[in-house]
Amino acid sequence: MDWVNAIVQGVLLGGLYALFAAGLSLIFGVMRLVNIAHGDFIVLSAYLGLTVITSTGMHPLLALIIVVPTMAAIGYFLQRGILNQTLGDDILPPLLVTFGLSVILQNLFLASYSADPQKMDAGALETASVSFAGLSLGILPLLTFGIAIVVIASLQYMFFCTSLGRAFRAVSDNQDIAQLMGLNKRHMFGLAMGIALGVTAIAGILLGIRTSFDPTAGSARLIFGFEAVIIGGLGNLWGTLAGGIILGVAQTIGAKIDPGWQLLSGHIAFLIVLAIRPQGLFPRVSG
Amino acid sequence: MSAQTYSVSRDSQSAKVAAVLGVIVLIVLIAAPWWAGRADMRLMGEMFLYLSLACLWNLMAGYAGLVSVGQQAYVGFGGYMLFALTMFAGLPPLVAIVGAGVLGALISIPVAALIFRLRGAYFAIGTWVMAEVFRLSFAQVSSLGGGSGSSLPVGIVRSLAGSRSARESLAYWMALGAAVVVIAAVYLFLRSRRGLALTAIRDNELAAASLGIDVWRIKFVVYVVTGGLTAMLGALIFLQKLRISPDAAFSVNDWTAFVIFIVVIGGIGTLEGPIIGTLVFFALRETLADLGTIYLIVLGFVAIVVMLKAPRGVWGFVRERYDIQLFPLAYHVQKKPKTDK
Repeated sequence: MDWVNAIVQGVLLGGLYALFAAGLSLIFGVMRLVNIAHGDFIVLSAYLGLTVITSTGMHPLLALIIVVPTMAAIGYFLQRGILNQTLGDDILPPLLVTFGLSVILQNLFLASYSADPQKMDAGALETASVSFAGLSLGILPLLTFGIAIVVIASLQYMFFCTSLGRAFRAVSDNQDIAQLMGLNKRHMFGLAMGIALGVTAIAGILLGIRTSFDPTAGSARLIFGFEAVIIGGLGNLWGTLAGGIILGVAQTIGAKIDPGWQLLSGHIAFLIVLAIRPQGLFPRVSG
Repeated sequence: MSAQTYSVSRDSQSAKVAAVLGVIVLIVLIAAPWWAGRADMRLMGEMFLYLSLACLWNLMAGYAGLVSVGQQAYVGFGGYMLFALTMFAGLPPLVAIVGAGVLGALISIPVAALIFRLRGAYFAIGTWVMAEVFRLSFAQVSSLGGGSGSSLPVGIVRSLAGSRSARESLAYWMALGAAVVVIAAVYLFLRSRRGLALTAIRDNELAAASLGIDVWRIKFVVYVVTGGLTAMLGALIFLQKLRISPDAAFSVNDWTAFVIFIVVIGGIGTLEGPIIGTLVFFALRETLADLGTIYLIVLGFVAIVVMLKAPRGVWGFVRERYDIQLFPLAYHVQKKPKTDK
């Protein structure tokens, strides 16, 4: 039963990892940009949430109403102001600029919130649980998993069933021709980053309720998100959810064997997938 | 009528001057224990080690297109191997440093086989995952102190040299020697047949492949050589620090972020860039370090601005403007003096 419990908890944890990964996957899909500072934006959302709830006394989940649009705006202007300039054939500029951003963000957190771990207080939600078939499931992990499914389903719907999604797919397929068809690719990239950071905001708040975070917590989150993307297969959002679940289960099973093995076994699961199926488990079918 | 004759050569006036100056500077630096204070020597030793790391990172990112943010894997690995080889195998430290390099090259082979499956930016994050795997694995080794790390036993430190000043001089010379060896190795590699192939890959990977260059193989060789040399540097770094812990050994800030800033600011894809970058980086650090976190924020801004406004860095700017090179690597067409025939 302990093992079943570990697996179920791992699946639920995978929902959070899928949320970490969804933004990363979206911006790679639209503009082939890999944001090294992605994890730091997750932590930024958590700190913004913390500031909002300490100054207004709101419930953390309610703070999403403020944090999500703020992060989306940051994303849009960051993309238009800085990151659009780095896009091109050379992979080095976006990589190094986002790496620089990551260092700046981490030190800004350090300067404004100190190195102490912080946590958001969500009251009864943190400890509430339901019993199901002999397992005790936390409401928060269940909620996180539910949100992950809703977010991924919405992104999927947005991508394939709306005119915005069509525009994203168009700039993704061929930027120049999309531009000729009257799409402003700079604006589209801005919107994509805005949506990505909006999703990141949700992930950041849920992270901040679930565990404590500190200024350097971002890099591990970037790595988890990245692993979920690669395990699931590039360009496939439902695959990313599966990747997150596999990563989460590997970590909880590892932790069950020996607490020191939690993170290591997640990385090992990633390396095994990389060795056996480098294209990921569910790569996008069409190019 | 005599035709103007031209020749293609790598030689240039500036390179000759630079070579002479370089030798003079080197002699002055070798003599540092007789003219420099203890603190200055420490700082210079650190500069040489960073210069070496930067040269190696530049060889990978600037020439082979392998942008790694996980070189701390090899720095830490080398450091731990120094501790393991001296403490458990009883090797003298100097032998252990070479041993750490060999082991670093060996371990980089399976690592490369795995992460070379990732392209471009995903490769970068893949290297980071590898560094995390190394960090977490070494944190599990309880005989090396586990998560809290361990110190190098006094006996091993004493075996290096009797007196403290002799040890400090030795550490300084080893750092200087490492920088000379790394720069010479990178220079000779770039002058060789493989280096020509590498330069071709830097300029256009697709064109290079179509000319029959085995791109994967060249990149693989660069990765393994860099891994080995970086591990050796790691051993040297932790021989000076005398204490190792997983967080210090596999620190992404110390061993990768700073190195990237050095190369980007100095000029990526040139041999001169890391030298200029190291001087700029340490000048910034020595003047701004008291500001703490502000200093790192400034450094991040400088790197972003350089990347956006002058992506070839300080040296790229100088070279474009004055057309000089300190290392004779690029080919130039030169007029030959007229000869009557």
